[in-house]
Amino acid sequence: MTVAPRLHLDKPLFYALLLLAALSLAILYSASAKNEAVTFAHFVRLALGFAVLIGVAQVRPELLERSAPWVFGIGVLLLLAVLGLGVISKGAQRWLGFGPLRFQPSELMKIGSPLMLAWYLARGGLPPSPLRVAGALGLVLLPAALIAEQPDLGTALLVAASGMFVLFLAGLSTRFMGIALLAAIAAAPVLWHYLHDYQRNRILTLLDPTADPLGSGYHTIQSIIALGSGGIYGKGWLNSTQAHLEYLPESSTDFIFAVFGEEFGLIGVLLAVALYGFITARAMLIAFYAQDTFSRLLAGSIALSFFLQFFVNIGMVIGILPVVGVPLPMMSYGGSSILTLLAGFGILMSIQTHRKIVEF
Amino acid sequence: MLNIPLKDYLRETRIFNTRLGWAGIGVALLVLVLLVRIVWLQVIEHRHYATLSQANRVKPIPVPPARGLIFDRNGVVLAQNFPVYTLEIVPEQVKNMDALIAELRKLVRITEGDEKSFKKLVRERPRFESIPLRSHLNEDEAARIAVRLPLLQGVELRARLQRHYPLGGLAVHALGYVGRISEQDLERIDRAAYRGLQHIGKLGLEYAYEGLLVGRVGVERVETNAHGRSLRTLERVAPVAGRNLYLNIDARVQAVAEQALAGRRGALVAIEPATGAVLAFASTPTFDGNAFVNGIDPASYRALLDDPDKPLINRALHGQYAPGSTIKVFYGLADLEAGSAIDMNRNVYCTGTFSLPGSSHQFRDWKREGHGPVNRHEAIVQSCDVYFYRLALALGPDHMAEFLAPFGFGQETGIDLPEEKSGLLPSPAWKRKRGQPWYPGDTVVAGIGQGPILVTPLQLAVATATIANRGVRAKPMLVRAHEDPITKERVELAPRVAGRVPVRNERNWDALFADMMAVVHGERGTARAIGRNAPYHIAGKTGTAQVKAIAQGARYDEKNTPERFRDHALFIAFAPVESPQIAVAVVVENGGSGSAAAAPIARRVMDEVLLGGPAPARPPLAARAGAPVTGE
Repeated sequence: MTVAPRLHLDKPLFYALLLLAALSLAILYSASAKNEAVTFAHFVRLALGFAVLIGVAQVRPELLERSAPWVFGIGVLLLLAVLGLGVISKGAQRWLGFGPLRFQPSELMKIGSPLMLAWYLARGGLPPSPLRVAGALGLVLLPAALIAEQPDLGTALLVAASGMFVLFLAGLSTRFMGIALLAAIAAAPVLWHYLHDYQRNRILTLLDPTADPLGSGYHTIQSIIALGSGGIYGKGWLNSTQAHLEYLPESSTDFIFAVFGEEFGLIGVLLAVALYGFITARAMLIAFYAQDTFSRLLAGSIALSFFLQFFVNIGMVIGILPVVGVPLPMMSYGGSSILTLLAGFGILMSIQTHRKIVEF
Repeated sequence: MLNIPLKDYLRETRIFNTRLGWAGIGVALLVLVLLVRIVWLQVIEHRHYATLSQANRVKPIPVPPARGLIFDRNGVVLAQNFPVYTLEIVPEQVKNMDALIAELRKLVRITEGDEKSFKKLVRERPRFESIPLRSHLNEDEAARIAVRLPLLQGVELRARLQRHYPLGGLAVHALGYVGRISEQDLERIDRAAYRGLQHIGKLGLEYAYEGLLVGRVGVERVETNAHGRSLRTLERVAPVAGRNLYLNIDARVQAVAEQALAGRRGALVAIEPATGAVLAFASTPTFDGNAFVNGIDPASYRALLDDPDKPLINRALHGQYAPGSTIKVFYGLADLEAGSAIDMNRNVYCTGTFSLPGSSHQFRDWKREGHGPVNRHEAIVQSCDVYFYRLALALGPDHMAEFLAPFGFGQETGIDLPEEKSGLLPSPAWKRKRGQPWYPGDTVVAGIGQGPILVTPLQLAVATATIANRGVRAKPMLVRAHEDPITKERVELAPRVAGRVPVRNERNWDALFADMMAVVHGERGTARAIGRNAPYHIAGKTGTAQVKAIAQGARYDEKNTPERFRDHALFIAFAPVESPQIAVAVVVENGGSGSAAAAPIARRVMDEVLLGGPAPARPPLAARAGAPVTGE
């Protein structure tokens, strides 16, 4: 294959993503109760996403680095705009309308935040000075706070996490991390106080989903039933009763993995986890092979953010994490998440294929 | 960006790679956590969740069986089922019940009472069962609900079978009625066996034969979505319909009995002596059992309770009366049986009063001037009290009680109805147990069926049938057979002997029959009025039971006694004497004399049974014999 290098694509990563895309179409077709329109819309998004990926892959990392403050700045402005005149959607302001197009600036920040942090920290050299750490924290918390204000806690945490991953990879001192951890534990009751009722319920529900089986525990219970009833071999494609009989809410979006587990069983789940694991590992390998600090930090953060999204979503589906609105990367239907996700992988491919010294 | 010093570059590479390594370990650990949890759910706990998923998906819906029908002996329907539209709600599927009821109110009339009883049922019934909110929707109302059904979550429109008694109050005291299953009912029944059923036999045969009538609930396993809508039926276990009952009661005879008693408080029980088959079982006033099927409204119920004639009381089964002079035939048999063993002057001279030796208390005869010289036969025919005062003393109280017992007095007859009253057969031992001595005066009044003795109309009918059957007491039975409504497999209930009256001489029965026949057909018989044009021979005995004690020296004056204190009128009879086919007992509360008030009622019922209708005005025995037989 000679096309891949010319297109600046990393073959293993690209094929893994294509496989995941194919899987996602198959499971979405089932989870949406054979809704062809929904499946086609997802296909269009994926196609668009891969186009973006290929497009981004052509952009040299140097250009990305230079554009970092601009992307971040525009992102912050858009977030402010959302808070000002956002379109109300499901009780939260997340969308910005441009005529028929709707766009979630918070999604842009999933790229914008690590981009900015990698740029900022790479400039100061590793490990970052305490002053730089303070500045970096400001850059992490500003977009996160704006997104949390929408309110979209899930995305806010992901954006904050993507920034924090950069800080971590940049060699943030372990002492600082220890203190931060203790501070976080100490601040937990205060944070609790500022949470919305539904957010508190979701966390409480995690402790005992059966306490309110028809209320806040409903999602978790039905999701676990779907997964558990799948067993080792699953009920077979298109045979998810939990989704088709509408017991499982959000079956084609946040809880699509429950449908996957119900239909394909443990075998399918292991394959899916292996695929996600492979993509994460490949992304981390790209970060390892990257040749400059900015690229390394950015690639590492994208890899870990991808894994974090996967982990948080699966953790929610299997009932070990609270129900937060984090979609399963690639599989969940809707939103602009696929575009940003594949744009992120485009960056990885750019980093991988624009190396000066080719070592393998 | 590679223009930084190599030393720094290597240091940064080392820092980054170390951190990336840590991250890799973190990723691996988290994946492990996911895998452990997933294996736990999908392998170890799989069974549990598979069950839950199945329970989610499949909802067992009880399919109520059709209740067995009740027919009279000729196949006339006495209790049937007919479909009614019922508006039902599954409460678990409704988010805002008050809003839903308000919404439904715009479509159909729902009273406060409907809502109240609905909310009561919601508390009592199992979860996920549909609860009726309003029944008896008319076609129009049902249609209005039906078109909006898809918008009304949790609402169901059901055609249910409901009990209906097409003849209204006819034989209601035998049939009883069904009603809504109450909380008390739930405590004594197997709830699972009544899933989907809303009614249960509350009284009478509906209660006594509940086990046969109810059938077995079937089940439909239906795939339902999360909103409770049924998608398809996966499996169906058909319900088993309840068994049909065939009664011994003849609806025509029953109707005649109730018509004859209409306007009075009273009871009539007619029995086929040889089998114990109950041909008519009437208690008046009656009421309409249909009113109870869906819960009677409080106002109507109060009206029934407050009715001074107490229509809810089953007088045939629960009414306990002094037998009065009807008891004389039984002592008459005792007299015959004792023969010369008792020291009694065969010809008693009745002066109209009787006193115990050494006492000034006078026991009166109903005939003030007395009957003059009477023997047993005449004493029964004319119902001479003085003769039986003397007979009672001669027999002695212990023997009297012992003699009456085999006729079924003082004990339940064993009829197939619940909560029968056993009456009271007093004896010196019984009185001693209550700490009271038995006086000779007690014996005297017992001779004419007064004092503490109590009988139910049913007991009196059974005792009369026992005489007609020459001492063999058959257990009275309302139901003669039950059948499977599908296969028509029919089980006949065999007559059962409940007891025997031992006699020394079989011919004493003939003598007693002759005594009783002369009551109706003799020139001086107390019931001669009903015997005059009878085309068959009747053996009977009148009775008049005192309700209010009459002071010494005073006289009973029917016209000036308030109705409630007038005597109860009684009459027992069987016919034809030659081969008895019906024995009947009639009690008319405060009816006055047995001969005037009770005997004609018995006659009408006997005519219906033996002739199939009222007898012609003229004595028709000869005419009938020569008449050409047409049709039948």
